[in-house]
Amino acid sequence: MRITQGCFSFLPDLDDAQITAQVEYILGRDWAVSLEYTDDPHPRNTYWEMWGNPMFDLRDAKGVMMELDECRKAHPEAYIRVQAFDDTRGFETVMMSFIVNRPAEEPAFHMQRTDHVGRSQKYGWEAR
Amino acid sequence: MSEPTVDLAAEYETSGVREVLEELDRALIGLSPVKQRIRETAALLLVDKARREMGLTQETPTLHMSFTGNPGTGKTTVARMMAGLLHRLGYIRKGHLVSVTRDDLVGQYIGHTAPKTKEVLKKAMGGVLFIDEAYYLYKPDNERDYGQEAIEILLQVMENNRDDLVVIMAGYADRMDKFFAANPGFRSRIAHHIDFPDYSDAELLQIAETMLEEQSYRFAPEARAAMADYIALRRAQPHFANARSIRNALDRARLRQANRLFSEAKGPLDAAALSTIAEPDIRASRVFRGGLDQDRPVAREAAE
Repeated sequence: MRITQGCFSFLPDLDDAQITAQVEYILGRDWAVSLEYTDDPHPRNTYWEMWGNPMFDLRDAKGVMMELDECRKAHPEAYIRVQAFDDTRGFETVMMSFIVNRPAEEPAFHMQRTDHVGRSQKYGWEAR
Repeated sequence: MSEPTVDLAAEYETSGVREVLEELDRALIGLSPVKQRIRETAALLLVDKARREMGLTQETPTLHMSFTGNPGTGKTTVARMMAGLLHRLGYIRKGHLVSVTRDDLVGQYIGHTAPKTKEVLKKAMGGVLFIDEAYYLYKPDNERDYGQEAIEILLQVMENNRDDLVVIMAGYADRMDKFFAANPGFRSRIAHHIDFPDYSDAELLQIAETMLEEQSYRFAPEARAAMADYIALRRAQPHFANARSIRNALDRARLRQANRLFSEAKGPLDAAALSTIAEPDIRASRVFRGGLDQDRPVAREAAE
């Protein structure tokens, strides 16, 4: 099942030129960029693994693309996302987040029903 | 259908190359061989750009450079203008200059160097990476020196990312020659070697006047003569760094001028008094008494 999280996720996957253009937009607004990856795309899993430190003082998207290539090489079967942070409020706020790499075979979400007190039911989802 | 043509003169105007070259002429005193080389390089790049637009050639020319010359001869300033020039010609995307030395590239322990060097390279992408005193990267007497690792990464990026950044290495001419001899990889990847000559005494005096003018100061006529004497004496003393020595000398002269005004002024001062460097401000320098104590020959100690 195709995971739809963050910006552009209902569009076809961005190619590298399009990712570069998005990163240029991010850098143009003086936002910091970071890369994160995970193998658990559950929507409740907000904290993905960081790929290196966030990049605060880049001028050109090529620096991010180099890191992305490295990350893809190390984790070809992981979800990788690019995040942009704005610091005008005195703390880093996520302004943009989009997926740039997906595994060939994406997991499906399976719904689990559990009986609970009375006749009530509890629902949970799990990525399989 | 007519043959496609190119108007180099128009290209020269519209790309903004002309402005950069004019600024180079205006802002830098002397250095005529450097200016000549840069003009030639600009012409080459302009023609190359036109050729690429006509489809005569595909590949990006090698743009990495080495600037050799003594301290204070304007290498960093020229590198900054070179970044502007390359940006206007469309060879680099952003046109900023990242200036680094060995400390910024080489780590302190195993596994520290590669991330550090990559960090710097990421910042320099789309611009110019200026490595000052590049020969410190290579220490032949220590084969376990981490500088070698930085050199390998640099060489790789200089080859693979020619579209993304331009590397300029700078330093003393003789030591750079040794550095290139020991690392042939660099020599073959660097296309342009530009040598920065020392400034003549007259040029340094002119530089001093320009520097003062920028700060709205000026020399009294006798002070200008004193400055000329100062330059001649200072050149013979150790640690002479061309324009940088002049800048430092002027900073100290301004300090003395302020002190003099403070202690001597009886009444209100006008703008002219506040902005004139007088002869005693220059003559009080230690340079006229043989330089710093620590640099003087130790003959006196030996006599005791």
